[in-house]
Amino acid sequence: MAAPKKGRRPTGAQGRPGRSLAIILIAMVALTAGMFLSKQTTPRLGIDLAGGTSITLKAKSEPGKPDAINETNMNTAVGIIERRVNGLGVSEAEVQTQGRDHIIVNIPKGTNEQQAREQVGTTAQLYFRPVLAVTEGAPAPPEASQSGSPSAAPSGSGSPSASAATPSSSATSQGRAVSEALKAPNAPSPSPSASESKKADDKATPSTSPSATSADQAAAAALQAKFAALDCTDEAQRAAVSKNIKPEDPTLACGKRGDAWYKWVLGPAQVDGKDVKDAKGQIDQQRGIWIVTMQFTDKGADKFAKITGELAAKQSPQNQFAIVLDGQVISDPSVSQALTGGNAEISGSFDQKSAMDLGNMLSYGALPLSFQEDSVTTVTAALGGEQLKAGLIAGAIGLALVVIYLLAYYRGLAFVAIISLIVSGILTYTIMVLLGKGIGFALNLPAVCGAIVAIGITADSFIVYFERIRDEIREGRTLRPAVERAWPRARRTILVSDFVSFLAAAVLFIVTVGKVQGFAFTLGLTTLLDVVVVFLFTKPVMTLLARTNFFASGHPWSGLDPKRLGAKPPLRRSRRTGSGASAATVSVPVDAKEA
Amino acid sequence: MSKLGDLGAKLYRGEVGYDFVGKRFVWYGVSILITITAIVAVAVSGLNMGIEFKGGAVFTTPKTSVTEQQAREDAEKASGHDAIVQKLGTGGLRIQISELDTAAAADVKAKLATDLKVDAAEINADLVGPSWGEQIANKAWTGLGVFMVLVVIYLAIAFEWRMAVAALIALIHDLTITVGVYALVGFEVTPGTVIGLLTILGYSLYDTVVVFDGLKEGSKDITKQTRYTYSEVANRSINGTLVRSINTTVVALLPVGALLFIGGGLLDAGMLNDISLSLFVGLAAGAYSSIFIATPLVVDLKEREPAMKALKKRVLAKRASAEARGESPEDAGSEEAPEVVAQGRSGRRR
Repeated sequence: MAAPKKGRRPTGAQGRPGRSLAIILIAMVALTAGMFLSKQTTPRLGIDLAGGTSITLKAKSEPGKPDAINETNMNTAVGIIERRVNGLGVSEAEVQTQGRDHIIVNIPKGTNEQQAREQVGTTAQLYFRPVLAVTEGAPAPPEASQSGSPSAAPSGSGSPSASAATPSSSATSQGRAVSEALKAPNAPSPSPSASESKKADDKATPSTSPSATSADQAAAAALQAKFAALDCTDEAQRAAVSKNIKPEDPTLACGKRGDAWYKWVLGPAQVDGKDVKDAKGQIDQQRGIWIVTMQFTDKGADKFAKITGELAAKQSPQNQFAIVLDGQVISDPSVSQALTGGNAEISGSFDQKSAMDLGNMLSYGALPLSFQEDSVTTVTAALGGEQLKAGLIAGAIGLALVVIYLLAYYRGLAFVAIISLIVSGILTYTIMVLLGKGIGFALNLPAVCGAIVAIGITADSFIVYFERIRDEIREGRTLRPAVERAWPRARRTILVSDFVSFLAAAVLFIVTVGKVQGFAFTLGLTTLLDVVVVFLFTKPVMTLLARTNFFASGHPWSGLDPKRLGAKPPLRRSRRTGSGASAATVSVPVDAKEA
Repeated sequence: MSKLGDLGAKLYRGEVGYDFVGKRFVWYGVSILITITAIVAVAVSGLNMGIEFKGGAVFTTPKTSVTEQQAREDAEKASGHDAIVQKLGTGGLRIQISELDTAAAADVKAKLATDLKVDAAEINADLVGPSWGEQIANKAWTGLGVFMVLVVIYLAIAFEWRMAVAALIALIHDLTITVGVYALVGFEVTPGTVIGLLTILGYSLYDTVVVFDGLKEGSKDITKQTRYTYSEVANRSINGTLVRSINTTVVALLPVGALLFIGGGLLDAGMLNDISLSLFVGLAAGAYSSIFIATPLVVDLKEREPAMKALKKRVLAKRASAEARGESPEDAGSEEAPEVVAQGRSGRRR
């Protein structure tokens, strides 16, 4: 910490109080302006203050999969849950990871909590459906456009669809491809390949257009108009299409191949996520490529054998099945033979990540991890508002008590402390508001508590400084040197103790979850701001005030009255070099005033 | 208040002072007694863990005319588990049902709404799985451990290892007292309590650091004089920073007290109450321990050092010879007294 200074005066802001004050003033103005510019003048409130439902999910570690709980899987799960919750039409629901293995889902008031809770927790929304038709995601333009070269589509991030190797039907013009797929089963389709195949059968299967069964045709006919109009590049339409689908009905679905959206007509679900016993992405040593292996349960193996048997006889794209996760196609491998025995393998142009991702999604049904509900909190807006009110009233009273105490004890000096507290308050408030916008910081009850407790911490640092100044005055110094000499020592104490506070807040923030984090965050923030305010505001203001007659003369109401403080007569000698609280002489007569 | 100001001046000059260090064994005794009481209380009556740690549900209803007795029967019938019902200041009820899992809780909530004739949407529900509290508790322990290690390292660097050790002991002492109070009084332990407890970490040390800082400064160059022993210097430091300690503690306790009595007492905001209660107890314990325990411990550790032993010997020898010459021991060695310790007289004087 601050070493004892050698010179007569410490270096620092003390010579230029104006500059420090200008800096903090600019900061305050900038933060306030930023707040108004962002059109957000109140902090975002947490569920416990605003009302709503908060669900905490904890990832369960599965035996034999110690590494399953990792950042990638957690983020994937957050993405899936977010899609589900927002698919319910919930606005502004927020889903975040917290700590290593928790996911917090906050659902604001006025939504169907019951339904949301069901959706959040459930896992198996994964189905294997036969593909009836597929085309690019946007509605077919009137002019038939060549759909590019799908085989060059990168196997994209997050969508581990093996589509790069599955160009399927889209080599024909889009609009026609659909209608051909649906209505004209025998029309040839110059689809280049379906090189993604099962059971190591990776040879290209040149395909002609598929033959649809009459049942498929009927379903397809009903869906065709909707299919043509569907625009998968539109988020609202994507959400709508995957809503309320029954597994046994044919359906439309969207999905990504590489970076492009595609849309599918899909038959009834044949196999669901529960039928998959295990799946993982792994490298095929012989071929040196990434594949996804699947293992089915006994029941699942039968179903899978049946569907692959049916599909293998068909032509592209109807020899494909789509793996549909929450209504979205995540992969659509083609099948060239019936797969019995309960094991299967999907190959294609996977990279490590896409293979792993698909393997995870398959093995956990939908989420890459399984979760349990750890806590569910539902707060009505009325109670939330009441608690906020209670917190604010408590804060106001606490602040008032501190102000009264400071005024009574420090008199004029207290105004410095009070204005510093106000500065600190403005900074805290604006930063909280901006953080709500920026990083989604939400003020919850513990955070309010943290802010109130911080009043004490902030006031503490003023007391440390004031007491130091008063000690210097007791030594017989006049105010100006006292203010400067007290500062380096007070600064050291303030820094050390604030560091300890900040350390506690930081450790709390890092290792804990949920409510505790909100508290730790506020405490850490206010501790930092305390340092800023004391350095850039309180100290410079004291320097300036030391020049005023009211304080410098030790007016009885200034809180710095030398007589009242029991100051010694002026020093006989100036200080010696190098050490701390220096009273140069020993045999100083005791000041008898009121002793 | 000017009385206190005068006291501050006298304490500063060492005209008045309490011999904290000299009477340390009395306070060690007091602390050991409190600690034993706390441990026994925890061992015998245990802590009243809230549903957050056992798993269960807390429902808060809006104003209802149903009696507590009736509500309890309804709740127990609906859930099949024990229920605790309290009347709230708002006229509503707080119904706590233990060991209710989160899945079943939704049904119970619906049944309660019918029984109590309130709108289900108006009922607050706090449902907690049994492992959640374990999570919080585990993380709290981890946090505690990590923090202690870091802070000991930091204090050892910023001050010295003896102070770090003493601060750590004082900290453990504060936590023990706080936990003991909870066990004795039977306050419910909730995540709010844990938050409060963990905050005491920072706060208790804040106070200790302020005192140590004064001690570090006061004992600089101590070996270059023969007027005071380390324990005397330490005692003067405590007295010198006493006003500061009292003021910082009062100022810290005021907002927390407001939280406790306003937030909790009047408006029944559970979380506010829980946090502020443990903070209040912990802060008070922290202020006590930094003065009565932490600094005397530093003295005990420090006076084992050969340099300090030698100093003590020199000081005593000097005093003895001064006495032999018929001088006041107070004046002995004055010509060598470094300015650091020359702010006044020994705290022993009064």
